[in-house]
Amino acid sequence: MRVGVITFPGTLDDVDAVRAVRIAGGEPVHLWHADHDLRGVDALVVPGGFSYGDYLRAGAIAARAPIMDEVVAAADRGMPVLGICNGFQILCEAGLLPGALTRNAGLHFVCRDLRLRVESAATAWTGSFAAGQEIVVPLKSGEGRYVADAATLVQLEREGRVVFRYVDAAPNGSMGDIAGVASANGRVVGLMPHPEHAIDPLTGPSADGLGLFTAVLAAVASA
Amino acid sequence: MTPAPPPTDTVDIAAATPDHPQPFRELGLKDDEYLRIREILDRRPTDAELAMYSVMWSEHCSYKSSKVHLRYFGETTTAAMKERMLAGIGENAGVVEIGDGWAVTFKVESHNHPSYVEPYQGAATGVGGIVRDIMAMGARPIAVADPLRFGPADAPDTARVLPGVVAGVGGYGNCLGLPNVGGEVVFDPTYAGNPLVNALCVGSMRVTDLHLAFASGAGNKIILFGARTGLDGIGGVSVLASETFSEGTGRKKLPAVQVGDPFTEKVLIECCLELFAAGLVVGIQDLGGAGLSCATSELASAGDGGMRIDLDQVPLRATGMTPAEVLSSESQERMCAVVTPENVDAFLAVCAKWDTLATVIGEVTDGDRLVITWHGETVVDVPPRTVAHDGPVYARPVARSETQDALVADVPDRLPRPAAPSELRAEILRMAASPNLCSRAWVTDQYDRYVRGNTASAQPADAGIVRVDEETGRGIAVATDCNARFVALDPYVGTQLALAEAYRNVATSGAVPQAVTNCLNFGSPEDPHVMWQFAEAVRGLADGCAELGIPVTGGNVSFYNQTGSTAILPTPVVGVLGLLDDVARRVRTGFVRDGDAVLLLGTTRDELAGSEWAHVAHGHLGGRPPQVDLAAEQRLAALLAAAAGDGLLTGSHDLSDGGLAQALVEACLVGGRGATVVLPRLLDPFVALFAESAGRVLVTVDPADADAVGARAKAAGVPVERLGATGGGTLEIADVGTLDLTQLRAAWESTLPALFESTSAVVEEP
Repeated sequence: MRVGVITFPGTLDDVDAVRAVRIAGGEPVHLWHADHDLRGVDALVVPGGFSYGDYLRAGAIAARAPIMDEVVAAADRGMPVLGICNGFQILCEAGLLPGALTRNAGLHFVCRDLRLRVESAATAWTGSFAAGQEIVVPLKSGEGRYVADAATLVQLEREGRVVFRYVDAAPNGSMGDIAGVASANGRVVGLMPHPEHAIDPLTGPSADGLGLFTAVLAAVASA
Repeated sequence: MTPAPPPTDTVDIAAATPDHPQPFRELGLKDDEYLRIREILDRRPTDAELAMYSVMWSEHCSYKSSKVHLRYFGETTTAAMKERMLAGIGENAGVVEIGDGWAVTFKVESHNHPSYVEPYQGAATGVGGIVRDIMAMGARPIAVADPLRFGPADAPDTARVLPGVVAGVGGYGNCLGLPNVGGEVVFDPTYAGNPLVNALCVGSMRVTDLHLAFASGAGNKIILFGARTGLDGIGGVSVLASETFSEGTGRKKLPAVQVGDPFTEKVLIECCLELFAAGLVVGIQDLGGAGLSCATSELASAGDGGMRIDLDQVPLRATGMTPAEVLSSESQERMCAVVTPENVDAFLAVCAKWDTLATVIGEVTDGDRLVITWHGETVVDVPPRTVAHDGPVYARPVARSETQDALVADVPDRLPRPAAPSELRAEILRMAASPNLCSRAWVTDQYDRYVRGNTASAQPADAGIVRVDEETGRGIAVATDCNARFVALDPYVGTQLALAEAYRNVATSGAVPQAVTNCLNFGSPEDPHVMWQFAEAVRGLADGCAELGIPVTGGNVSFYNQTGSTAILPTPVVGVLGLLDDVARRVRTGFVRDGDAVLLLGTTRDELAGSEWAHVAHGHLGGRPPQVDLAAEQRLAALLAAAAGDGLLTGSHDLSDGGLAQALVEACLVGGRGATVVLPRLLDPFVALFAESAGRVLVTVDPADADAVGARAKAAGVPVERLGATGGGTLEIADVGTLDLTQLRAAWESTLPALFESTSAVVEEP
């Protein structure tokens, strides 16, 4: 099972995403922002970092990179896509996910281990969890405050597309304590916290994050 | 309309106009230094040459006041200590072999003065600069840590400086993708107006990939790559770093602080690593203090020929720059490489892939001169060594001031000490909440500690631990320490205590100490007492390293940290790097399991001079610092490494500032559980709790292993006492009473947010 990990200039957590895919049992495939080639992957991870230095708006420039044409087309065909942190911001900027991520309420970058509740196990990336299950994953971002207009928030809640929620008050002021959301078909998921940093208790707060990567391999296999 | 620039001062004009007055004093050169330049050149220097010499002969670049003392490091480093050292003092950073074909490089640098003027950018570019030093060795930067010192925690200016510095360290380091794994935050009145912003970076590489800064091979091309060169940071080195802040002149050169662009640096890192991997680099040098002046003169003088630079080729971001400005600009995120002619195209192609601007600006020549042209005319023609290495050397007057006697005589013995259990409990709480001992989470939560996925330990742990080789788990531990109050009381012993503490922190984490770096922050070298402190500190550190058998691989000196005639506490920050064969064998900080036995290793004495208690309770500093016994530290470290290697230690914590009381509090709060303990026998409870004797560590072991570990300690000559057991929601100390962890945590965690969480920083819900 080939899982692509995209590197933009300024991407930081691509090595971590590659490692997570490998440990989950998938074959990680490096993808380059300037290419128009997804190299035959079955799923995609848009990893965290500061693509283009977060200049203009976080994710805004990367969302217009050549490879994003292919990502959008693949997502339209139903390919599972996961955006983590800056990747979530990029997917929002690319129109694949609703809402936007803005400056944290406290105005500081926040790096902290947090409890998340998996609100939906019905996406391509969360099938290994049970709805309501709590996981511990690090959050590390300065622009992680999820915002959307009232109608969108109502729609997301009604359609079960809020995938992850901060268990304790969101440290970034996210609306509805939302940490992650999904596309209408549940194939595209974005979240601010970093599951790829929680794959081994030696280097992270838990191994809970691995579940996202094993889930997508199962989802692709059963498709 | 901009006025026309003055005509360029060329070598020909300089030769023809020997009496033309030059502003050498404004550039920080002394009269005799200027005369020496004229002697070297046999004419007056051009403006561009004057700019080069003045920045390269500044205290910051030339080490002119410290050189005569720093030599002692070399003199005391034995062949055995050098065994694992691949590069040492004089290179961009020291390099140590760690086995399996891996090497690590590490270094600390100061960015103190810029961080006072402009906290965010000063701190950010401090991180950027040290990271480029590490890249210049051929290494991938893998971690950073920032020892920071500020004025009183509740001073208004600290509220300006600290949040900016912390945001700058985080803003730059987070965007670069380097985990921040350690560092310090210390408050003392002497740092008001003189904050210390030291930045440490660790890099890893294959031994075969080591790169050094030299320009060899006539015809090889000099390529400048990275950011464009602009007007920022001009004169930053000579003016900002070498003049004492004083009223009237201190703020004149404010725009001299450089502005960082971490995104450009991140791309530059990946670009450099790809260039190294492709074998396209002969020599490489980062551009930091003194910019192109430094890079060209250092590369040329370390090589076997001369160098010719066409300054018109340098990509600029400002118009109307003079050659002197181009040469001394400290624009960030630039590197300079020496490349063979046949590899130039391949080099430029890698840079193009990363959208990194790269320009051939010159070449290595047969001669022995550094020649720089501008608009077709020669503006610099100098022997490069005279710029880079043959600067002035001063044997500054060294004198122990009489005030030192009074300081040492003012022992803390008469300070009222709490005695009743309720007083002791109150003191434990007060100490835990005090600015120097409270939780650093408000600071460290602004730093990414996870990126790259190799961090096995980070703050608030005793040492930062980073995996280098994912296959084997081989990795490094790093800690920095300095109790500057101890150094003030006795610079020789105090510096050895700083070394001992960093060494112990590394060992406490289960690593074997390997090498030492330093950042020596002092007042004005023109003050004989400061020079005495400095000389003693260097001697103490070098002798201490010789006794411990680990080399000093590099370091940095920052002088002129003073306001008026008041110098900072002498602050020689010592960094120790340790090795773990497998980071999975690391020892976690604190009480991490219920039911473990708590053992105290080491000897506690009635040592409170310079202690945090004397500072917090009485604002007192005087007496003699705790004894330092490096042989005992060595025995302790060996015991810890062996026990950790055999998997006998479930947790540990070093005893330092705040003594046993603070170590117990932190072990409980970091580990997330309480403990029930007795205090060491035969000691007054107050002394047992708050003395800051060196060479002590708390360890936890499975109760079944407690006797075996105790026997090992006795066999190793390390005093050991079993204090009690972990577990529960309270810290229960016999004869003192019970402290509730919730209450302790509230005290420990609320101090920094209360001081620095500006209420205006909260954005209203839309």
